[in-house]
Amino acid sequence: MPDNSPATSNAAANNGDTAPVLAVENLVTRFDVPDGEVCAVNDVSFTIDEGETIGVVGESGSGKSQVFMSVMGLLASNGAANGRVRYRGQDILGLPPQRLNRIRGAKMSMIFQDPMTSLNPYLKISRQLNEVLVQHKGMSETEAMNRSVEMLDLVRIPEARRRITMYPHEFSGGMRQRVMIAMALLCQPDLLIADEPSTALDVTVQAQILDLMRDLKRELNTAIVMITHDLGVIAGLSDRVMVMYGGTVVEAGTVREIFYNPQHPYTEGLLKSMPRLDDSRRGVLPTIPGQPPNLQHLPAGCSFRPRCTYAFERCETEVPPLTRFGEDRAKACHLESL
Amino acid sequence: MLTYTIRRLLGALPTLLIIVAVAFFMMRLAPGGPFDQERALPPAIEANIAARYDLDKPLVVQFVLYLGNVLQGDFGPSFKSRDFSVNELIAQGFPVSLRLGGLAMLLAIVVGVSAGATAALRQNSGYDYGVMAVAMTGITIPNFVMAPLLTLVLGVYLGLLPVGGWGDLRHMILPVIALALPQVAYVARLTRGSMIEVLRSNFIRTARAKGLPERVTLMRHAMRAALLPVVSYLGPATAGIITGSVVIEQIFGLPGMGRYFVLGALNRDYTLVMGTVIFFGVLIIVFNMLVDLIYGLLDPKVRYD
Repeated sequence: MPDNSPATSNAAANNGDTAPVLAVENLVTRFDVPDGEVCAVNDVSFTIDEGETIGVVGESGSGKSQVFMSVMGLLASNGAANGRVRYRGQDILGLPPQRLNRIRGAKMSMIFQDPMTSLNPYLKISRQLNEVLVQHKGMSETEAMNRSVEMLDLVRIPEARRRITMYPHEFSGGMRQRVMIAMALLCQPDLLIADEPSTALDVTVQAQILDLMRDLKRELNTAIVMITHDLGVIAGLSDRVMVMYGGTVVEAGTVREIFYNPQHPYTEGLLKSMPRLDDSRRGVLPTIPGQPPNLQHLPAGCSFRPRCTYAFERCETEVPPLTRFGEDRAKACHLESL
Repeated sequence: MLTYTIRRLLGALPTLLIIVAVAFFMMRLAPGGPFDQERALPPAIEANIAARYDLDKPLVVQFVLYLGNVLQGDFGPSFKSRDFSVNELIAQGFPVSLRLGGLAMLLAIVVGVSAGATAALRQNSGYDYGVMAVAMTGITIPNFVMAPLLTLVLGVYLGLLPVGGWGDLRHMILPVIALALPQVAYVARLTRGSMIEVLRSNFIRTARAKGLPERVTLMRHAMRAALLPVVSYLGPATAGIITGSVVIEQIFGLPGMGRYFVLGALNRDYTLVMGTVIFFGVLIIVFNMLVDLIYGLLDPKVRYD
């Protein structure tokens, strides 16, 4: 485990029992594009322990989704991931699909941002749920059907036994996301990766989905990765937070620390630009000036420098490494403190 | 679904009537007639012939008489092929064309879909470029070039297959290949395109995230959606191909019905033209309806009400 690994709560042993559920080391993910190469993930390392919930925050293009697409082997065909990814000590990066398929969907599953298009519109819900159990658990159709109905009950879909025979278009967006969650949890995975699970939903439905995930986390003790650009989503659900910018982790720490004592100018900017109900100030919501960096031509030095109000000479030449400080904290910034 | 089918067929009747009317009057507008010859016949004989085929009556009356016959399933006697009714001509030619066209379409579906789908899976690989290059060639080479080439190589030089004629299965191989090639090519391109699009969709990503084997992802999750555009192409295309191709029939000397379309028009054989036009129109309508029914089987969002 390299020194700059953020926010790890145990040193990664290679042994399957004590090894973290997921250990990512020096992950670099690049995409070939017609006019060159885009570096979407640039040297990212972290670990996730049993039953832990990690929030991954960052704006669009920060690489937060691509980290986990790389982990799940779901990169687009022009993408390539390098580095090391271990599931319970077993290397999984670059495994051939047949071998990876023993883990994904069974031990490690993922749900996506857009529940309207993430379910297959041409197949009944029952088919889409049961096939997971048939594939990974070798169940018969009948066994699988019973288990799937149980799972739909668990994610609080009313009349599950009747509704399981319906098609996705007969469900609302929120209900479809519940189906997705049920599908991801069928084999009781150790790790659930949720890529913006509530972003495409109405605010009230969003809250329901997040409540559901909070309850499931308690009931099933599944480790959860919550990828989002919404700090509010993270606050109520996560144990630890990783803030990503321009393909790198810029700050990591416990939820409390990140929210009450941000140490990276970007994290601070994100927190300041959150609208607050209890804020008596009126006027314009603070924003972070400028644009997210172009991942094809990252600026020299710190990638946040062009937008940073604290930037000084060193930031223009030297990339700040992600450095640990205090307990379970890390940041990538040349400033001593904010 | 049965009521839907019946309703669709009834709904097609006005369309068919318009087709019949337009074809009938356009045919009569064209200069010349079925019995025009280099040498003028005595007026008495001309009058006799005209009377025999009702050509002496006003056009509208002729149309009504013709419609009455068609409604009874009678396309009338052929003006040029004496002793044959149009029904008999179609009954002779259609089975031949149907067999050739049906086999060609089957070949197009099997080869085209599998070539297109496998090319899509290996997008931008050498295999993909190879398949697409062959497909492009297949589309651009016209059948009056391809058919003689096939006969020359496989029939004359290699002597593997008969160069023409109609008899056993061996006679069908070359014409079926010649008929199928452009279709194979087109279906392959269509399948590849739609498959690439489907493979990029979110639900395929979900299927992969579920750890399903690639084969299941492809056959169960991607194929259906990818086939929808292919099905809509195949409907009308099949109607076209099973009614024969005059070029292929001429080159291989086949007794199909493709030549009737051309002969009828050239000879001003009014009833033959009308018969083939109506027959083709009905087939187009039926196959388009089949497409819609198959859509309903493939896509649960399609409802018949």
